[in-house]
Amino acid sequence: MTSFTRLSATLAVLLGATACAGAGGIGDPDDPESINVLMVNNPQMLDIQKLTAEHFTRRTGVKVNYTVLPENDVRDKISQDFTSQAGQYDVATLSNYEVPIYAKNGWLEPLDGYLAADPGFDQQDVLEPIWQSLTAADGKVYAQPFYGESSFLMYRKDIFAAKGITLPERPTWRQVAEAAAKVDGAQPGMKGICLRGQPGWGQLMAPLTTVVNTFGGTWFTKDWQAKVDAPEFVEATRFYVDLVREHGEAGAPQAGFSECLNNMTQGKVAMWYDATSAAGLLEAADSPVRGKLGFAQAPVVKTRSSGWLYTWAFAVQKASKKHQAAWKFLSWAAGKDYERVVGEAKGWSSIPDGKRASTYARPEYLKETGSFAEQTRIAISSANPRDPGVQPRPANGIQFVGIPEFTNLGTQVSQEVSAAIAGRGSVEDALRAAQRLADKVAAKYRKG
Amino acid sequence: MRRAWKPWGALAWLSGILFVLPVLWMVLTSFHTESDAATNPPSLFAGLSLQGYEEFFGASTGQSPWPPLINSVSASVGSTVLVLLLAIPAAYALSIRPVKKTSDVLFFFLTTKMLPVVAGLLPIYLIAQYSGLLDNISFLVVLYTSMNLPIAVWLMRSFLAEIPKEMLEAAALDGAGLVTTLRRVVAPVAVPGIAATALICFIFSWNELLFARVLTGVVAGTAPVFLTGFVTSQGLFLAKMCAAATIVSLPVLVAGFAAQDKLVQGLSLGAVK
Amino acid sequence: MPTQAPPKGIGAAARWARRAPLLPALIFTIAVTQLPFVATLIISFLQWNSLAPENRGFAGLDNYIAVITDPNLRSSVLTTVLLTASVVLISLLLGLGIALLLDRKFRGRGLVRTMMIAPFLVVPVAAALLWKHALYNPEYGLFNGVLKWIFGESAAQPDWISTMPLTAVIAALVWQWTPFMMLILLAGLQSRPQDAVEAAFIDGATGFQVFRYLTLPHLRQYLELGGLLGSIYIVQNFDAVFTITSGGLGTANLPYTIYQTFYQAHDYGQASAAGVVVVIGSILIASFALRAVSSLLRDEVK
Repeated sequence: MTSFTRLSATLAVLLGATACAGAGGIGDPDDPESINVLMVNNPQMLDIQKLTAEHFTRRTGVKVNYTVLPENDVRDKISQDFTSQAGQYDVATLSNYEVPIYAKNGWLEPLDGYLAADPGFDQQDVLEPIWQSLTAADGKVYAQPFYGESSFLMYRKDIFAAKGITLPERPTWRQVAEAAAKVDGAQPGMKGICLRGQPGWGQLMAPLTTVVNTFGGTWFTKDWQAKVDAPEFVEATRFYVDLVREHGEAGAPQAGFSECLNNMTQGKVAMWYDATSAAGLLEAADSPVRGKLGFAQAPVVKTRSSGWLYTWAFAVQKASKKHQAAWKFLSWAAGKDYERVVGEAKGWSSIPDGKRASTYARPEYLKETGSFAEQTRIAISSANPRDPGVQPRPANGIQFVGIPEFTNLGTQVSQEVSAAIAGRGSVEDALRAAQRLADKVAAKYRKG
Repeated sequence: MRRAWKPWGALAWLSGILFVLPVLWMVLTSFHTESDAATNPPSLFAGLSLQGYEEFFGASTGQSPWPPLINSVSASVGSTVLVLLLAIPAAYALSIRPVKKTSDVLFFFLTTKMLPVVAGLLPIYLIAQYSGLLDNISFLVVLYTSMNLPIAVWLMRSFLAEIPKEMLEAAALDGAGLVTTLRRVVAPVAVPGIAATALICFIFSWNELLFARVLTGVVAGTAPVFLTGFVTSQGLFLAKMCAAATIVSLPVLVAGFAAQDKLVQGLSLGAVK
Repeated sequence: MPTQAPPKGIGAAARWARRAPLLPALIFTIAVTQLPFVATLIISFLQWNSLAPENRGFAGLDNYIAVITDPNLRSSVLTTVLLTASVVLISLLLGLGIALLLDRKFRGRGLVRTMMIAPFLVVPVAAALLWKHALYNPEYGLFNGVLKWIFGESAAQPDWISTMPLTAVIAALVWQWTPFMMLILLAGLQSRPQDAVEAAFIDGATGFQVFRYLTLPHLRQYLELGGLLGSIYIVQNFDAVFTITSGGLGTANLPYTIYQTFYQAHDYGQASAAGVVVVIGSILIASFALRAVSSLLRDEVK
């Protein structure tokens, strides 16, 4: 039976080929001139992926292998690689939530030494709240921002004018709710406002926590008492849930940043409270709503400002063996010159902004982004992660609580609130369940 | 009497169309532009475009889909070969020259399929990390082999059990040695069985996501992992996602259509012939 | 007599000769599938949260107490049972109906069979992405698009995943698994002895009577087989839950919940304890299910 022998022979060859395919490859860990970068797949990151070969590798000789994943996946992957210090990735995009926590556990390479040796990077130019938020308890800087954002209110000027509504520079949530009711249905299929409802500590929980802050609520008091079922937290959550249920977007319980962006772009909502980084996308050259947008600071109730602070920053893994090459990459990606490269290649409204003072002095940039640049700068500069509410906090953070347990806590609570937005259960029940979870976390910290 | 059956045919057609519709929709959407893909009501007759496929092949990111596709081929083919090398002798020892407690051994294999994979994930990750096998296709090959081996043993055994005893006895009486018996009597029955087993193992390995997500990174990422990267949190992605889904599913679709009967045999552990 | 079980008193060498071909597969399976569980068992007694590396130590039964008192885990057990049972039952019923249709002769039967199989051949994560983004999406999904086609601009535009999250996951899985059930049952139908069916018709039996008293008893084994194999795969489902709802809105099944404890809570000890509890549960159910259900497999083994 020759076919039988032939089959075995083929199989043996294939097996051999497979074994070879496993070895070698592009991510050789011993090649000092090649680094692995893990990052979230936002448009700014896709741009740098495209621009690296020509503008970075050619000049420095450092080859960059990117792994690009959606946000949830990338967080899982980063935490897996960094907590075990597996060292698969030399550089990863971390947010200002993770950086202090990871730094405390010794998983990140401190950058102060590299900064001192690289004056051209101009660390002083980085906006203060941003670099503060990337500084750990030991006073060292552990990551460099790629882009930064706060949150603010975006609205359709044309619709508001047609309805005769004006919004002040710094509106209150009551004014926003009233406006949402008035513009709801202003055009066929248009809802009043888009607010995130998708479960996730970084999705629904981010805008909701800023609302809680300005309503006078907090997750925890200074002495670690959970306050999730306190009247202020409940009132803020009920306000948020009611607003999105009455005048919010279709499919709210599944809507995150991208769904709201689509809604806003396609004229399905008249207002949107979300990240300042959305403005550049709404004002992009091919956007149907370009030029029709007005911008106002994050709505408030009891606080002076209420915008969040967030940045995707590049950090270097401690276990990496290529700290020098990694710093070269950081210095380029977070530097001033990279903004120019993107501005010239992709247009000035798509540069990774919101992190450097010098960005807001570039005439080319201001010409493109005049309508929102200044509002963004004000929003970021007035964010204060150390004191975001009306009471002292036990941990830093505006739209999150800077403790490791928050991802799990925030996600579980967001699932309850998202269910309330879907009409499956009341806000009170959701927050009562949430309080139990929060109290478990607080108890750990009260003990020591 | 024949005329009375006609409505059944129409009903069968209707269900066939309903089931295939999402697949056709996926393929159609993959040939639309991003803005045509995201309209309501759907733009069924919008002009066709290769934009989605261009994006899949890295038009705007410069990232080539070939490494993950090749990784998937390596992991699937490699594990399938290894499965066959282990399963065929085992099936021989469970049918033609059976050991004691054959049925216990068989059911042991089957119970390993019932254990939740996710419960072993952490130790497997730690083992991979400490032995330097993270992000290594060979490690996926081993895991996929363990995932498919029980199915393959059942399947190969049920094929080998088909061999008429008389033929084996006759061969023994003729004084045929082991090799001759294997070639003359066993192989003709075994080869179609090997094909069915290989098909099933290939499909399950190709489809696997959980291990691949957790254990691979820069080098060894497989096609399903690559596919999930097309869902962006900002901007439209439906056309390129559908293009990616179509290409990643293509090998399985082609193999499955080409060998429908083998598919059934494989999926039913050989219980359905 | 090579196909007989080894007679008593057979020499040790001969017994080992028989065992030898089996051993590589057996040892491989034990090493790769069983040893990790031993590690899981050990970790389950440790206090080990990867985000608090300084706090590692022996935890005794703390993790198990946390697991057993965790309402999330209890509800995910329920979700898993509900999800598996509904997907298996619905796709068995649909598969049976379609198999009966395809068992008849009509024009284009081969083509319809091919169309029916297609869903099973789409890579599962691709299928989940397809359902979530291209079909269910309330803004531009096909379902709401069809509603708009039929009922015009004022058509209802339900948000499928939020209003019926578990049903949404079930529907996507039923779509993938019905072809599988259909194929098994069709094979069963085609192995049905034709002469008995014809004799019954000649004796004046109605179609329903033939189905009830001839076809269904014959198909019993095949139904059980489909149910068992479907359950084995669907209990473990991760891709669909992860992709379609991210475990939100009460759809988190056991695999997802354990995964979440690993990757979002980073509580390795507690996740391992949950894993051990689930493994013990699976072993109990599996041995019960194998005894009670798998008559066809039993016959095979004899």
